[in-house]
Amino acid sequence: MKKYTNTGSKDTRSGFGAGMTELGQKNENVVALCADLIGSLKFDDFKKNHPERFFQIGIAEANMIGIAAGLTIGGKIPFTGTFANFSTGRVYDQIRQSVAYSEKNVKICASHAGLTLGEDGATHQILEDIGLMKMLPGMTVINTCDYNQTKAATLALADHHGPAYLRFGRPVVPNFMPADEPFVIGKAILLNEGTDVTIVATGHLVWEALIAAEALEAKGISAEVINIHTIKPLDEEAILKSLAKTKCIVTAEEHNILGGLGESVSRVLALHHPAPQEFVAVNDSFGESGTPEQLMEKYKLNNQAIVEAVERVIKRK
Amino acid sequence: MKPNTQQLNDLTIQVRRDILRMVHAVNSGHPGGSLGCTEFLVALYQNLMERKEGFDMDGIGEDLFFLSNGHISPVFYSVLARSGYFPVSELATFRLINSRLQGHPTTHDGLPGVRMASGSLGQGLSVAIGAAQAKKLNNDNHIIYSLHGDGELQEGQNWEAIMYASAKKVDNIIATVDLNGKQIDGSTDEVLNMGSIRAKFEAFDWEVLEIKEGNNIEAIIAGMTDAKSRTGKGKPVCVLLHTEMGNGVDFMMHTHAWHGKAPNDAQLEAALTQNYNTGGQSDY
Repeated sequence: MKKYTNTGSKDTRSGFGAGMTELGQKNENVVALCADLIGSLKFDDFKKNHPERFFQIGIAEANMIGIAAGLTIGGKIPFTGTFANFSTGRVYDQIRQSVAYSEKNVKICASHAGLTLGEDGATHQILEDIGLMKMLPGMTVINTCDYNQTKAATLALADHHGPAYLRFGRPVVPNFMPADEPFVIGKAILLNEGTDVTIVATGHLVWEALIAAEALEAKGISAEVINIHTIKPLDEEAILKSLAKTKCIVTAEEHNILGGLGESVSRVLALHHPAPQEFVAVNDSFGESGTPEQLMEKYKLNNQAIVEAVERVIKRK
Repeated sequence: MKPNTQQLNDLTIQVRRDILRMVHAVNSGHPGGSLGCTEFLVALYQNLMERKEGFDMDGIGEDLFFLSNGHISPVFYSVLARSGYFPVSELATFRLINSRLQGHPTTHDGLPGVRMASGSLGQGLSVAIGAAQAKKLNNDNHIIYSLHGDGELQEGQNWEAIMYASAKKVDNIIATVDLNGKQIDGSTDEVLNMGSIRAKFEAFDWEVLEIKEGNNIEAIIAGMTDAKSRTGKGKPVCVLLHTEMGNGVDFMMHTHAWHGKAPNDAQLEAALTQNYNTGGQSDY
């Protein structure tokens, strides 16, 4: 089994920016919309190279979502960019009616998701966005784990017809997925084979899951690690295949325990293969100010928390 | 060949009959605003818009229309059907289970002529602006038309869109506001007085013109032709269309009571009697 190592830490949002730069050159129908956050979303190159295809909307996210929906009428492929909070909760009805129900080919791209936004605090640290977005019929929901995967997902979305939500983050994190790893929407990636427990992780928690697997190995526990970048549609087959072997599962995400990846996995288990599950997620609370590391430790979203969850779940087998 | 004024007036009466019969049949829907905008939509689809045969979502090479105040779906559906987008007989399915003619318009069921869902108010102008900008990117020299309720302007997203359109010189759009002065809870002045809507659009640097007789086909065509001549000059164009809610049915006019209420059997008969001569056209 391939061993994943950090090839140099980068932020996932720069992966998005790099993807947009490449799409700008490759696909003339791709357009970008931003609500006063060009630097944060790494739109600088796209804007410079394709000013006619870049739309600065100003601080008006509802209008941005509507304009994006309108741009699809005429064959454009709009990518909207702002923080995750303003990409989802703030504009939920606009997404619901003008994008999802209207079946528009809009890509809602959201940086600064979750606690790792850090010092700005709870107003900006949305932990409910995966739940909000996965509840919309027809919406694809993706949460990428590193720079390379975010870039690959951005490119893949341009070729995928339909509304989609792409969630990524603010901080610099390990970049460990190979740059040439194919990104198939809805297809999980097995990162580490194991026999005692399945760890299903998404976003920034994928790297933590790999660290946890090493720590568990030292304790004699063989952990299988699955990188679930697409939360909807969920790769049920990959989860069930692993579960048939390990008989227990831990889910890990930077999101509220309610409405996130964990609950999607629970549903799969309930329908097809009831088994013990433990959740690494925020326990139904808002975040707060602090460094990303402090917050991930306080809210138990790091590799130690995953190890503890694995030990709990194995006892329940 | 465009229909003449008499033919447009005949069609207007037929559309009114459709609206009344549709909402009566399901005892629900919004006749008031629909009747108020009948002449406008008839003029738009039968005289003003450059339209291609058939329907495709992208609508490249033709003028497009977006209905933002989706609750006046009865008039939209009737005019679309009578303009050839789908069979007139399908009007009989309005608001019924498994129908493409949902209570509020949607693309979800593939009804030709509809390019966005509307119903939750205040979203249509943004979508119309996006479609207008797509036309510019495609070097498509056609116009985007949109229709909005006056009460709908109380939704804040409109003002984001209004600010944006002038700042970005989206000058291939004609947004029409149905100025009937009424909303569900009463007059717009009573519910939330918006002051001068004209002054507000002008303050946001739109080109504004008014059609005082918004229920007169000839006045609408003249006004909208004027509006069309003002496109392409660096500013978005707003038309303030003065209409009478419930127009064409005497007991539905001068009140907000028929915003979202269907006529009973006797009321339908009385209303249809007032809208009798359709110039040989037939009910669905």
